[in-house]
Amino acid sequence: MSIHIDRDKCIRCGACREICPGNLIGRTTDGTAYLRHPEECWGCASCLKECRHEAIFYFLGADIGGQGSRMQTNREGDLTHWIISSPGREPFTITVDRRESNKY
Amino acid sequence: MSLFNPMERKYLTTDLLIIGGGTAGCYAAITAARQARDLRILIAEKANIKRSGCLAAGVNALNAYITEGQTVRDYLEFVRWDAEKIIRDDLVLSMAEGFNETAADLERMGLVILKDERGKYVTRGRQNIKINGENIKPLLAAEVGRYGNIEVLNHVNITDYLTAEGRVFGAVGFGVEEEIEYGISARAVLIATGGAAGLYRPNNPGFSRHKMWYPPFNTGAGYAMGIRAGAEMTSFEMRFVAQRCKDTIAPTGTIALGVGAREVNARGEIYEKQYGLSTSGRAYGTTNETYEGRGPCYLRTKGITSEQDEELLRAYLNMAPAQTLKWIESGRLPSEQNVEIEGTEPYIVGGHTGSGYWVDTRRRTTLANLYAAGDVSGGAPKKFVTGALAEGAIAAETILSDIKNIPPAEEAVVRARAEKVFLDYERRLSDAPQEPYDVFAIEEAMQKVMDEYAGGIKTAYRYNAGQLALADSSIDRLIVLAEGLTGPDMDTLVHIYELRERLTVCKVLIAHLCARKETRWPGFAVHTDHPQLSGDYECYVNSKWLDGHLEVFTRPLVREGAYEHTY
Repeated sequence: MSIHIDRDKCIRCGACREICPGNLIGRTTDGTAYLRHPEECWGCASCLKECRHEAIFYFLGADIGGQGSRMQTNREGDLTHWIISSPGREPFTITVDRRESNKY
Repeated sequence: MSLFNPMERKYLTTDLLIIGGGTAGCYAAITAARQARDLRILIAEKANIKRSGCLAAGVNALNAYITEGQTVRDYLEFVRWDAEKIIRDDLVLSMAEGFNETAADLERMGLVILKDERGKYVTRGRQNIKINGENIKPLLAAEVGRYGNIEVLNHVNITDYLTAEGRVFGAVGFGVEEEIEYGISARAVLIATGGAAGLYRPNNPGFSRHKMWYPPFNTGAGYAMGIRAGAEMTSFEMRFVAQRCKDTIAPTGTIALGVGAREVNARGEIYEKQYGLSTSGRAYGTTNETYEGRGPCYLRTKGITSEQDEELLRAYLNMAPAQTLKWIESGRLPSEQNVEIEGTEPYIVGGHTGSGYWVDTRRRTTLANLYAAGDVSGGAPKKFVTGALAEGAIAAETILSDIKNIPPAEEAVVRARAEKVFLDYERRLSDAPQEPYDVFAIEEAMQKVMDEYAGGIKTAYRYNAGQLALADSSIDRLIVLAEGLTGPDMDTLVHIYELRERLTVCKVLIAHLCARKETRWPGFAVHTDHPQLSGDYECYVNSKWLDGHLEVFTRPLVREGAYEHTY
């Protein structure tokens, strides 16, 4: 259960560092964000939602059933598109509208 | 860090210091700021209030709401039944009176609450309303930002109160990244930190060790500060074990209530009714079915409709995205496979059970000028979001009425007391190699001790007096080892103090488990020397650190009316 920050996509804005509830995201000497302790991530996805550059993906650890899929978010106004890419399969997208309540 | 380059020292002065910018803390600040525009309010938060604490990922329902036809008294009776009588009626009632008003306030701040065609909130069961709570913390943080007299100090870890003669006049902490130490003087202090996670070995002890129910960053700081300062605490033995989806530790209520899924064992038998439907009963059912060889246990979702599948996928993205990912990744949605469930490691959390500060009806702790609200405050289980908000509001109103009679502390006293703590920070910030144990090694040792000897997952939450005695002596050994820990940077320093907090909480927790010689909440704790419920323990187990030792005692149940401290 953790996240991965793509060094090439990170624009060094610091948004993820600012809001991680565990203060887990550090900064390399050139300002790129990195996860200090991958095993300490709670999996809350706050950083995914904060990052506007799709530089962060979320994955399940192998110890909790992970199969190597990557989940990313893409924001469009009140809509959040959650995109799940699994090895050998077409990406799967679920869109959540912030203006709509959960039904359950 | 060498002696020639000590941390920068900053002294701040405020009227009201709020430690912890979660639900209760933010709402206390908002309530106080609305009523007293000239009151200086400072929120000190370890992370950033925009996404901190247990609501960082979001929440998908307001679980405490007085729905049509129900009353606050019905809520009181529900909590009393669920907690097997060990609650404070005065606290639960005053909290419940605030549920609906705080929910309406959240809606004004922008929270989306599901309504029917008549414009009424749609309920889920008797006490819940349905929301989109993904952004509940950003909404609260934005509201905090509207008041010019609230200052927010993000990324500061508070470790100790400033105290003298049973009176609190501020707190001391340090930057989680910046090498700054803070001495904060305040006329009144509200402790609004979270509960304690990470005391026990978690469900997934390896790479995913932080994939747990409660935030692993809530380490019991507020409890530990109070314990060390001599505040009276209550009901630490009333631990909380959450029933969750296996591996992802995602909530089960959304499935159980949302699509009406029943709990079944490996034989397909519905077992939930045999154990009772209280929170503890449900947890005990799953644990015991597995313990007796009828596991694994599931929520029976097979056969739900494709519309229900889609709603579940979306609902989980708003609070526990790992579960949605797990369903998609496995290639089988809940309509095609039942959802395996398990109990978590035990937590200490006053928002769900009764552990926390012993407070009077108006949320004053037993230390003068220190107030408590939310998960850190005891005696009022089932607070959930609206209860934490309501407690924050009650505490804020008490503070507003008390604060005019509280003089500010003398600066020399503040500095002298703060300096003692600063010296401890400076001692611990060191490049010296950590041999043979570092902070992570001692944390792991603590979790092993608690798991094996103090009723963790390994023993199906069971323990006896002999095991607890071993747990106690082992925790004493680890407290001594932790005292010598140092670290090269502020991040490590945070971990060291978090470990100290957890060890303090463990010490008190073990003493409380020893003192309650019965089994009242079998889903949370089974005392195998005393496996039955006993009328002798229809009382609170309380404790207080006094003259270098922990005093544990009982108090009779508090019913309605106002409760005041007698010392």
